Amino acid sequence: MNNFLTDAPLPFCKGCGHNHIAANTEKALQLLGYDPMNIVLVTDIGCHGIIDKSFLTHTVHGLHGRSVALATGVSAALNNPDKKVIVFIGDGGATIGMQHLIDAAHNGFNMTVVIHNNFLYGMTGGQPSEFTPFGFKTPYLPEGGVKTGYDICKLISAVDGVSYVSRLEGISDFSKELAEAFSRKGFSLVEVMEICPSYGVKSNPGMKLSKVVEGAGLKIEKFVDREVEAYKTVVKSELKPLFNEEDAIKTLFATTLKKPIRLMLCGSAGEGVQAAAEFLLKAGITSGLNGTKKGSYPVTVGVGFSAAEVILSSEEILYTGSPNPDVICVTSADGLEYARKTLANMKGGKLFIDSSLKAPETKAEVIPFPFRERGGAKNSSIYNIFYLLKRTEMIPMEALLHVFNENKIAKKFDLGKMFQALEEPFYAEINEKTTAPM
Amino acid sequence: MEAAVKESRLIMDGSELIIESLARAGADVFIGYPITPANLLYSYSQERLPSFFAAPDEISTLQWMCGYATTGKFPVTASSFPGFALMLESVNMAYMMELPMLIILVQRLGPATGTATCGAQGDLALLNGAISGGFSLPVVSISNMKDCWEMPAKAMQMAIDLRTPVVFLTSKEEIMTLASFSIAKLNAINKIERKFYEGDETYVPYKTGESMVPEFLPVGNSKHQVRFTASTHDQKGIIQNTSKEAIDNTKRLEYKHRQNHKQHLFYDYDEQNGAETLLISYGITSAASREAVKNIREEGGKVSLLKVKTMLPVPPVYFELMDKYKKMVIAEENLSGQFRNILFGERGNKNVKGVNGIAEMITPARIMDAVLCE
Repeated sequence: MNNFLTDAPLPFCKGCGHNHIAANTEKALQLLGYDPMNIVLVTDIGCHGIIDKSFLTHTVHGLHGRSVALATGVSAALNNPDKKVIVFIGDGGATIGMQHLIDAAHNGFNMTVVIHNNFLYGMTGGQPSEFTPFGFKTPYLPEGGVKTGYDICKLISAVDGVSYVSRLEGISDFSKELAEAFSRKGFSLVEVMEICPSYGVKSNPGMKLSKVVEGAGLKIEKFVDREVEAYKTVVKSELKPLFNEEDAIKTLFATTLKKPIRLMLCGSAGEGVQAAAEFLLKAGITSGLNGTKKGSYPVTVGVGFSAAEVILSSEEILYTGSPNPDVICVTSADGLEYARKTLANMKGGKLFIDSSLKAPETKAEVIPFPFRERGGAKNSSIYNIFYLLKRTEMIPMEALLHVFNENKIAKKFDLGKMFQALEEPFYAEINEKTTAPM
Repeated sequence: MEAAVKESRLIMDGSELIIESLARAGADVFIGYPITPANLLYSYSQERLPSFFAAPDEISTLQWMCGYATTGKFPVTASSFPGFALMLESVNMAYMMELPMLIILVQRLGPATGTATCGAQGDLALLNGAISGGFSLPVVSISNMKDCWEMPAKAMQMAIDLRTPVVFLTSKEEIMTLASFSIAKLNAINKIERKFYEGDETYVPYKTGESMVPEFLPVGNSKHQVRFTASTHDQKGIIQNTSKEAIDNTKRLEYKHRQNHKQHLFYDYDEQNGAETLLISYGITSAASREAVKNIREEGGKVSLLKVKTMLPVPPVYFELMDKYKKMVIAEENLSGQFRNILFGERGNKNVKGVNGIAEMITPARIMDAVLCE
C-alpha cells in the first residue's frame, strides 16, 4: 500500500480537524489504490496550507483564495482523469475564491475540493469569516455571529455541472466519504466541519461541533451525487497559419504619387469609415505603394465618431500618425467634431465635407459634396473615397474599383448609380456658380 | 498602365505576427479575458493556438496559466492595465514558483479605466516595481512590425530559459494599426523544445547549478515528486520562514536575471560617426524616433539612435553606450518619462532631455526639436 504522508508529525495544533482531514485523505487514496505520483495536491493560504510538506504527492501551494483557479489550470492542462487533482482550501479561501469554485463546478473540471470549514480565520488570530454561524463566538466576535454563514454546499449544488457535493463532520473515520468524492469524474466538493482548537473552542467553551452545525441550520448530508460530463480540454492539432504568402497583394496598377500622402476619414460609427479607409489602403498597395491605416473610435461600439488615418507612400512608412494630414474627409457631424482640432491646424490641403455640414475656419481648400444625401448615411464614406479619387487622382480609380469589386460589399452596391450621383451638380455648386461673379 | 515593381505584401497588424510567432515557437495555450485594445491578440489566438480558454476574469486567467505552466506547457495571455492590475499578485506567484509564461501587455491611456481606445506607454514604472521586494521582472518591447514577428519567440525562449513570467510590452497602435508588410523575408521560427529533468536521483525542485535556473519537471509526472510554492521556500519547495537556504533561494530569483541577461539582450543601435547626441526610444515611439533621425540626417545633422527592446532589468550595456554621448534624448508616450526615471532617477541628469506626452503619439517633429535644441 502506498504512503501518501511522510512519517513526520503533522504540522497542526493538537485536536485540530486538519489532522483528521490529512489522515483521512491518505486513507481514502489508499482505499482507491492511487499512486502518489498520480495525485496533485493544490493548497490555499491558511493553516491547512502548510500540509504540503507532509504529502508525498505532487504539491502546488498558491495564493489566498485562488487554489481552485490554480487547480483548474493544472487539471485542464493534464487533461487526464487518471491524474487526480485535489484542492485543500479553508472557509476564508473559499469566500475569496467563490467565483473560482462556481466556475470550476460549472465547467466540470476534474478535481475534488475539500473545504476545511472551522468558521473562522485561524492563521491570523480567529477573526470571523463569511462562514461563521449565527451565535458562534470568536476572539474578534465575542457577542457571536450576527448572521447566518454561507451554506457553501447549497450554493455549489445549485451549479450545473457539479458531480458530487457533501458535508461531513471532521471527526472519526470519514475516509470512505472522501474516497467517494475522489473517485468522481468532473467536479466534486466536500465540506468538512471543524472547530478550531485555538480560537473556536476557547471562545465557545463546551460547545460541540454537532451543535454548532445544527444551530447554523447546516445539514450533514450528501447534496449532489450524479454522473456528469467532465471537462475535456480541446487540443487542436490541425492549425492553419494566420497568413500566407499566397494571399499577398499583387501590384497591378501604377501611381504617380511623388510624396507621401496622409488622409484622415472622419464620420460616424456604422457608416463604413473603417471599411472605406481599408479600401483606400488596399488600393494604394495594389498601386505599388506602402500603406498604413490607424483607426480611432470611442470605447462604445456602434455609436459616436469613427475615424481612420491612412498614409500612402512609395517610401517606407515609419511614423503612422497624421497630425497634419493632406486630406480630411468628413461625412458626419460626429466626424466634424473629431476633426475640428486638426482642421484648425491645417496649413493647406483639402477638406472634403458633407454639404449638410458647416465647414469650420481652416486653411484647407473646402470641397463640399452631398455624400449623405446621394449615398445614404451608410454609404457616405464609400461615396466619399470614390469622389476623392475623382477629384485628386492620387491613386488610380481603377485600383479602387479593383479592390472594391473583390469585396463582397460590391455585390449589394450600385456602382453605376454612385458614379452618376458623383457627376451630378448639387445646390452648393450651382449656388457658387451663380453667385461667383458678384 | 505599367505596373510598378514591388514585392507583394499583405495588409497586416502586429497582433497577427505576434500570435503566429508564438504558435510556431510552440505556445500551447492562450488564456484570457477580453479588453480593449488587446482583443485582436485574443481572437487570433483562438484561431491559431492549440488550446484556448476564455477565463471568467483576469485573476482566474493568471491562476489558470500558472496551473497550466506547472504541467510543462507554455501559456500566453494578453491584457491592458486594468486587467494586468488584477493579475499582479498572481504574476508574483508565477515569479516565485518560477513558471515560464508570456503576458502581452497592450498599453492604453490611464489612470484607471482611462481611455480604452487610446494608446500609451504608461506602464513601465509599474512593471519596474511589480515584484514585491524590488525583484526584476523581465520586460521586453518591440519597435516595428518585424519585431512583432521576431521578439515573441525570443521572449518565449527567455521565459523558458530563465523559468520566469515575461511581460511583452506593446501599445495599442503597435498591434492594431494595419500596414502593408512583406512576409517573404521573415526568419523561420522553430518550435522551442522544452527540456525537463531526466535524472534518476530524487528531483529537488529549486536546486540549481551555475545557471542559477532550476531544472524544470512537470507536476503529474510518474517518476519524481514535484513541488511548486509561492511562499518563501527551500530548495525542496517546502515553506520556510527565513532559513538561510530559503532566503538564498529568494535572492537567487534576482541574481539569475542579472547573471543571464546577456543571453536575452535585444536592442538596435544605429550609430552615426561624430554624433554627440543619442536618441533613446522604445515601443510605439521608436517609429517616430526613426523618422526624426532620418530627417535630421537628411538635413545634415548628426544623431545616433538606440531602440531598446530588452527593457527590464536594464542591461548595463545601455549605460556604456550612453557614456559615449554628451547629450541624450529619451522619447516615450507618458507624462513623467518613466524609462528616463528608471535610468536616471527623479533627480535626472542635466545632459538628458525627455520628450513626453499623453493621449497622442509623440511626433517626429517634437523629437527633432529636442535633439536639435542646444
